[in-house]
Amino acid sequence: MGVGIKVDQLNAWFGKTQALYDITMEAPANHATAIIGPSGCGKSTFVRCLNRMHETVAEARATGRVRIGELDVYNGTSAVQIRRRIGMVFQKPNPFPTMTIYDNVAAGLKLNGFHDHARLDEIVERSLKLSALWDEVKDSLRKKSGASLSGGQQQRLCIARALAVEPQVLLMDEPCSALDPISTGKIEELIFQLKEKFTIVIVTHNMQQASRVAEFTGFFLLGKLIELDKTEKIFTTPSDKRTEDYITGRFG
Amino acid sequence: MSEPLITNPEFAVAPISLWRRGVNSFATLAAAAAVIAVLLPLGAVFGYLIYKGIGSINWAFLTQTPKPVGEAGGGMANAIAGSAFILLIASSIGVPIGIGAGIYLAEYGRNRLGNIVRFTADVLNGVPSIVVGIVAYAIVVLAQGHFSALAGGVALAIMMIPTIARTTEEMLLLVPNTVREAAYGLGVSRWRTTLSITLRTATSGVITGVMLAFARVAGETAPLLFTAFGNQYWNWKINQPTAALSLQIFTYAISPFDEWHRQAWAGALILIVLIVLAVSAVRIVAGRGMLKGAN
Repeated sequence: MGVGIKVDQLNAWFGKTQALYDITMEAPANHATAIIGPSGCGKSTFVRCLNRMHETVAEARATGRVRIGELDVYNGTSAVQIRRRIGMVFQKPNPFPTMTIYDNVAAGLKLNGFHDHARLDEIVERSLKLSALWDEVKDSLRKKSGASLSGGQQQRLCIARALAVEPQVLLMDEPCSALDPISTGKIEELIFQLKEKFTIVIVTHNMQQASRVAEFTGFFLLGKLIELDKTEKIFTTPSDKRTEDYITGRFG
Repeated sequence: MSEPLITNPEFAVAPISLWRRGVNSFATLAAAAAVIAVLLPLGAVFGYLIYKGIGSINWAFLTQTPKPVGEAGGGMANAIAGSAFILLIASSIGVPIGIGAGIYLAEYGRNRLGNIVRFTADVLNGVPSIVVGIVAYAIVVLAQGHFSALAGGVALAIMMIPTIARTTEEMLLLVPNTVREAAYGLGVSRWRTTLSITLRTATSGVITGVMLAFARVAGETAPLLFTAFGNQYWNWKINQPTAALSLQIFTYAISPFDEWHRQAWAGALILIVLIVLAVSAVRIVAGRGMLKGAN
């Protein structure tokens, strides 16, 4: 089951440059929340703060409070433990090139010391089915490299890899920006099904995508969260002028 | 070509001028000449070694120890084994340290200490091999009180480390950061990511670096002169003087005896063949683990 996300007074920096200012928001459990905004507005930085990926960049830091279910992300839990509970899918498909399809999916568990082969087989199959890739790869699981798949398949492989560790939240950082419309359609369909089990936060450049997959949408501008509301409201009657300017294409 | 295929003048292409054809042929020829210039010395060395050495290679040469001066026959079996032994010692010291240093430089070394290590490795790479021999003499031979296989191995290891460290660093830096992030995102710790993901992704390049270093030191003579020292007999003890092919070739080549000269040529041929075999074997074994479509 997914859990809700609560963010309170989140600030983030790269060196001396502040990237996020006092973000306070909530994303409800088992729903998809989309983050939209022009390039460089801090969308990616924001989701990377949720699972503490932000701090893997040299001189990057963040302050504030993030709660994922009962988990206090910046207090008392190690970054490694946080990331096991929060899956992440990146902008560019990034399968491990030297691993088979099977090992790619099993990587999160294997590398954390889980070696029960029967269980692994089960989890790999279930994860690949969840990500709608099973039928396409079931005959070459242990023969082909993850990098030999097409771009869309690679991205679904990366989703399967993230799902295999059974996270409660799935963060997606522009997961379709490198894909063609057919692959994009498949992944959007997938997001719809995944909502039953996970809480999803998806960063997207594509406003149609946000309106298709997400119940809630947040608009970021220059490191600030301008407004967050039901997707329908954001796209029809936004309460802030800047949101309206953005979604009507007046800038950005 | 009497009638141009495209009649629309906007798309018509002027025929390739004689001058451009000439320049093109010249550039192609120049590139081919450069390839030959690279291959020729290698072919010449190998060919000459076969011509001079093949006649002295026989079963006795590969299985017997040297005979005293004046007696015909005998071989370099102990030197072949000794070279393998010293190289094994050198690799078991040099490869882990070299790869470890490379990992540090690539994953943690974006700081002052990293720059110092990088600079040191580059300088060490340019230090004459005889000087490395003196260092090994000072830290191993003097401490032990006698020449030994270990001292020879240490000398060669010191020469391997900078090459391995720098190539490992370069190969790790070629691994895209997105691959590291994928592992971090799964909750894999940093050290585990480095070993199981980054290093594994860069394996083929790292092996190339190791083989480069190996092949380079396999034929080294100078650092062994006063470390491994050489031995007329079999030796399998790590703390005893040990024969090595390169040393044996050196000793025989500067001797006044024709029989020894012939054996020196044969030894040189064996040395180069063994290096080629060792490098190919590692490539094949390492290549077997590689997946189709990877990299």
